[in-house]
Amino acid sequence: MEEFKFIGKSVKRLDEKEKVTGAAKYVDDIDFGPNLLYAEIIESPHSHALIKSIDTSKAEKMEGVVKVVTGKDFPYKFGLYMKDRYIFAQDRVRFVGEQVAAVIARDPRTAQKAAKLVKVEYEPLQPVFDPIEALKEDAVIIHPDLGNYPHVPWFFPKGGTNITHRLKLRKGNADKGFKDADFILKDTYRVPRYAHCCLETHIAVGLLDYSGRLTIWASTQSPYTQRNLFADALAPLGFSHKDIRVIAPYVGGGFGGKAGVTMEIVAAALATTVKGHPVKVMWRRDQEFYNTYMRQQVVTNIKVGVKKDGTITAFEMANYWDAGPYAEYGANVVNASGLSATGPYRIPNVTIDSYCIYTNLPAAGPYRGFGYSEMSFSVESHMTRIANAIGMDQAEFRRKNGIKEGDSVAYGAPMNPNGLLEAIDKVADEIEWGKKEESKDPNKAIGKGLSIFWKAPAMPPNVTTSAFIKFNEDGSLNILVSGMELGQGYLTVMAQVAAEILTVPIEKIRVELPDTDRNPYHWQTVASHVTWASGNAVKRASLEMRDKMFEVVHAAYHYDKDSLYLEDEKVKCKLHSSFELPLRDFVINGIETKDGTYRGGAIVGSGSFMPEYTSAKQNPETSQGGHPNVHYTVGAGAVKIEVDKQTGKIRVLKAVEAVDAGKAINPRNVEHQIIGGLLQGLATVLYEDMRFDENGKILNPNFTDYKIPTFLDIPDEIVPIIVEVPQPDGPFGARGIAEHTMIPAAPIIANAVEDAIGIRVKTMPVTAEKIAMAVADNKKEVDDFLMIMKK
Amino acid sequence: MKKISFILNGEKRSTYVEPNNLLVDVLREKLGMHSIKYACGRGDCGACTVLLNGKGVRSCIILAIEADGQEILTVEGLSKDKLTSLQESFIDHGSFQCGFCAPGMIMSATELLEKNPNPTEEEVKEGLSGNLCRCTGYTPIIKAVLDVEKRDVDKK
Ligand code: FES
Ligand code: FES
Repeated sequence: MEEFKFIGKSVKRLDEKEKVTGAAKYVDDIDFGPNLLYAEIIESPHSHALIKSIDTSKAEKMEGVVKVVTGKDFPYKFGLYMKDRYIFAQDRVRFVGEQVAAVIARDPRTAQKAAKLVKVEYEPLQPVFDPIEALKEDAVIIHPDLGNYPHVPWFFPKGGTNITHRLKLRKGNADKGFKDADFILKDTYRVPRYAHCCLETHIAVGLLDYSGRLTIWASTQSPYTQRNLFADALAPLGFSHKDIRVIAPYVGGGFGGKAGVTMEIVAAALATTVKGHPVKVMWRRDQEFYNTYMRQQVVTNIKVGVKKDGTITAFEMANYWDAGPYAEYGANVVNASGLSATGPYRIPNVTIDSYCIYTNLPAAGPYRGFGYSEMSFSVESHMTRIANAIGMDQAEFRRKNGIKEGDSVAYGAPMNPNGLLEAIDKVADEIEWGKKEESKDPNKAIGKGLSIFWKAPAMPPNVTTSAFIKFNEDGSLNILVSGMELGQGYLTVMAQVAAEILTVPIEKIRVELPDTDRNPYHWQTVASHVTWASGNAVKRASLEMRDKMFEVVHAAYHYDKDSLYLEDEKVKCKLHSSFELPLRDFVINGIETKDGTYRGGAIVGSGSFMPEYTSAKQNPETSQGGHPNVHYTVGAGAVKIEVDKQTGKIRVLKAVEAVDAGKAINPRNVEHQIIGGLLQGLATVLYEDMRFDENGKILNPNFTDYKIPTFLDIPDEIVPIIVEVPQPDGPFGARGIAEHTMIPAAPIIANAVEDAIGIRVKTMPVTAEKIAMAVADNKKEVDDFLMIMKK
Repeated sequence: MKKISFILNGEKRSTYVEPNNLLVDVLREKLGMHSIKYACGRGDCGACTVLLNGKGVRSCIILAIEADGQEILTVEGLSKDKLTSLQESFIDHGSFQCGFCAPGMIMSATELLEKNPNPTEEEVKEGLSGNLCRCTGYTPIIKAVLDVEKRDVDKK
């Protein structure tokens, strides 16, 4: 095995010192000067209504108000994969909280007061909140113009309906597969909406300076994608990309909620109305819940056939996703997870239909796991039930059907090298799978649950990334990239990649946060793809620098370039063992030759990366024929819980998760992703429970009523496990793992509850209340689902 | 406008405030203490925690005038000379991810260790349970706090 000096080492995080000293700047910590203006949004109180009139006259007259802006000022649509969203509502509103107008004032209080004076007259329309209802013939149509919306070629919206995208996948012959089966299980599962709950709410500040340049400071995962969408949406105002600058300082959590563009476009648009003044738009906690993205709700019908020996013969699934009224990003969640909805199983006959459906709940979209977290609950609950039904051990069932390198996935492409079986074995060992345990308390029962998972980055086929690296006079480095440090440890990992090649220690490397004027292109920090993609770009830039240094040394000393190598920040030569030239001696000022002239010059490197084997050209009727995903990251999770037989209260005694990182560039960061992601997943199944009133208004948009875990809610023990089966095209074999860690959490709990007390809960969350009710009613299966509260 | 004065991170400071100004806003906007984070505005998350006379308070739900004549400590105050061993421990453990919860967490943990220099794991969980973190799963934070005590003993 190759010996690495920096790769595979748990070096300290590059950003930690700034973060523990309070020096780290987030958008709201930047001083925008005395000219700063504040925006307050006028929001729709209706989930579906026509806007009859807007009267802004009173608000405009108020002292301290600079401007009142409505949809008339910005009749523009925007969206990442489909343009179905407006900067401000035009003729109709489609969810409670939608932005209808904005007041810009000199201070926040004035803006708030003035916003109350804006009078909007609405004509309420019938809303629809349930994705199944929204599919009915006579359902109210939320976007009458859907047929005309621009979208990426792999979406298939159906004008005149609420279906914004339908993914159809057909592999083999499912009918025949079910005929071959000895046992078939069919059921329905339901997963509600969830919220990201980043600790930092969304914030964006826009400034159109007097020269006509537009700068946006945003808490974002997507500086370049935002610049592109701003340029696109505001095209009528005549911006070129070079005239727009997006600056992304530290972000207080993203998890997919700060991907693409949501409220930032409001800041960009408002700035264009008040030249010379920065305008701040900052969501309050309740706005953060209803006007960014939520995670989509999904209803899943699933049918799986197996032989007596456990071989899966057929898989059929229909998913009905509730995307809310704007699906510009959510439809891609539906697409990506639909392609991979079988989970990591080898199945010859597959039928999948995934529908992305408009409703009048708030807009929904990406959240850590990108549809896989949602799918995993139904698939992994179902697989467990099937294994149990045919009397096969669940771990064995998964080992038998688990996908291996070279097996064809549901859309026909071959599976990449992976450590799925190793992950199953490791978590099974750690949780002592198969060992039945009794609680000391006769009122409690202990149960174990298991689940496997996979996830591929969901990206367009031509996603690209790039890096610049420059030396400083002392041989230290600045790396310029435009991936985002969301907390996952990106900056540190990029430094480790460069350090390994250039032999410069981590302490002498800075990695700069994105600024589109300065740092080179990176699509956006989503899909857990930055370690792999940006890592490759940094690696290429580092290699370019190394080659340039060898060339300079060759020019000055005539040593054969192939005999040169780097070690401990020096250029050395295999043929002249006494030769060693410290990098700091020449990487800026060159090397002096005998005649007093110099060779070299400031050494800089650049590198870019794009996968050249992906394509979205699959057959729309079958999804066969393309190569939509670069690779999958796999893993397994397991849990041991104690359930109170009467109250249903669950205590997590131990949670284990193994993930195949390919190569863990920073093992501790990987472990920390597992610990954090697993808890975020456990929260969706154990604690978080979103409710709407019968008008589609969220009832619990705060941390008192929407309970995210505290220190007191963590498992008694968590064991993170790293598996390493290298990714052939990954930097040093690495692939992404961050989103994945959340995926197995929900089904392991549902499976463990059944193991403990024989009750199968088929709807998330799996609350004590549901279990207690089932115990009281002597029910073995729970399909109660409550998200909309009736009066 | 009323003039208030207090000791902020060991320095005498005064400023003018409206009676309804929140402490978080005054400290952040008038006195430049940007380490303090605002994340919920209703006392739920602890991101805005500062120490008022050594006791952790949620600066988003108390008025600035209540701090008149008192002593306030923020992360800026801890970081002036060399870092505290708690801060060092957080760095060594790579405890934080996005870092938005860090300043509030550090103030709560500082208070905890002040009162109880040798806490058990349960006491750490209990003591910090008012501070939310969405990224870390809390475990790396607990480890760092428990380790502070150890490293101080090691140094002696
Ligand atoms: S911002 Fe003060 S407790 Fe959350
Ligand atoms: S590190 Fe992100 S909230 Fe704690």
